[in-house]
Amino acid sequence: MKVRKNIAVSDSGLVFNPENGESFSVNPIGVELTSLMREGKSFDEISALILKKYNTEKQVFEKDFHEFLDTLSNYGILDNDEKEKA
Amino acid sequence: MMKKRKLNIAVTGLNAVDSPGPGVSVIRALREAESFDVRIIGLAYESLEPGIYLHEIVDKTYQIPYPGAGTDTLLPRLEYIHSKEKLDVIIPNFDAELFPFIKLEKKLQAMGIRMFLPTLHQFEERQKVNLCEFGLKYGIKVPRARVLYDPSAINSLASEFSFPVIVKGKFYDASVAYSLEQVKNFYDRISAKWGLPIIIQEFIHGTEFNVTGLGDGKGKTIAAIPMRKQYITDKGKAWGGISIADETMLELTRRFLKETKWRGGFELELMKNKDNELYLLEINPRLPAWIYLSVGAGQNIPEALVNLALGKKVEAFTEFIVGKMFIRYSWDMIVDREEFEQISIYGEL
Repeated sequence: MKVRKNIAVSDSGLVFNPENGESFSVNPIGVELTSLMREGKSFDEISALILKKYNTEKQVFEKDFHEFLDTLSNYGILDNDEKEKA
Repeated sequence: MMKKRKLNIAVTGLNAVDSPGPGVSVIRALREAESFDVRIIGLAYESLEPGIYLHEIVDKTYQIPYPGAGTDTLLPRLEYIHSKEKLDVIIPNFDAELFPFIKLEKKLQAMGIRMFLPTLHQFEERQKVNLCEFGLKYGIKVPRARVLYDPSAINSLASEFSFPVIVKGKFYDASVAYSLEQVKNFYDRISAKWGLPIIIQEFIHGTEFNVTGLGDGKGKTIAAIPMRKQYITDKGKAWGGISIADETMLELTRRFLKETKWRGGFELELMKNKDNELYLLEINPRLPAWIYLSVGAGQNIPEALVNLALGKKVEAFTEFIVGKMFIRYSWDMIVDREEFEQISIYGEL
């Protein structure tokens, strides 16, 4: 569940894949999640941090997080090996 | 600080329509060269080529005969221009004019004018009509294609290709045809404009990329920058793009240069399908209209090309900036009728 090393994510949420030139934007939560993933935190660790910080239910967050990971994976943002582990 | 040598460089391709010539971009790159200063001599075919009137870009322009007029007509004109301007280098930027310029290379060299062009063999081998053999020979994936000299062969395409297909002219023009009827229409339109043959090419679905670069003629890659087209015009031209770091494309480029010992600037047109397979659609034997991006990305390819033309040792670029974008725009110049008259009547401005 790691963001590939060469992927650039700006503070404003622009995600740029330098290998294919694709770019798209993510919202502030997306920036926060990618930043935590960059730090090497696991799915459960990130889930715990987010649930502690925001007023949301575990089930709702984890469903959204899985969808977010699928989107990142489709855009080739996740490290392939790590994606499989996730 | 050492004074930089001032070179007189002639450049063609000053047109800037929606399928623009590379001339203006090449000149902007040359004006930013660190190793020399320039006086730019524009070589134009028509009096409405915008570059003629961009006086901060082009110092002086001369009209030259169309490539179809042959080298016997072109050479005296170049001799005249050389007598006035003492040309050091010519950079031709159109596919159609490369053949006569390649033919004239030795004569021009004897006059003291240098160019850095592909050899006639390299030029012919990568022609659209020869691309399939080219792909086979060098192990590069290219779309299936058929070369047509006769419209009666169009009906037999249905058994060979699934639609859509690309209908291409020998030098320019390409249209996507979804039926045999459309193939016939495009065949007539393109062959009337550019002559025969017409090339029918398998349509590859995917994302378009280009690589521009420079080969030293001995197999070495001097420069290479891949670009993803971000905004594409009706004619399939990039109106915006971004430099990318795709190692597969760079590897393909290095292989192309190593195998062919390509001499000069080039542009590879590539398509990546959903399975990440890379197809080579075309090799343009000259610098592309988006070449100024190379300067932004840290590789001044036109400058390196001029230095190679002058026989200087040029070190290969080892890196470039990824994520640099170009966004093209057009604007209206206000031009006095007298200037138009000068270039139209006297062939010089």
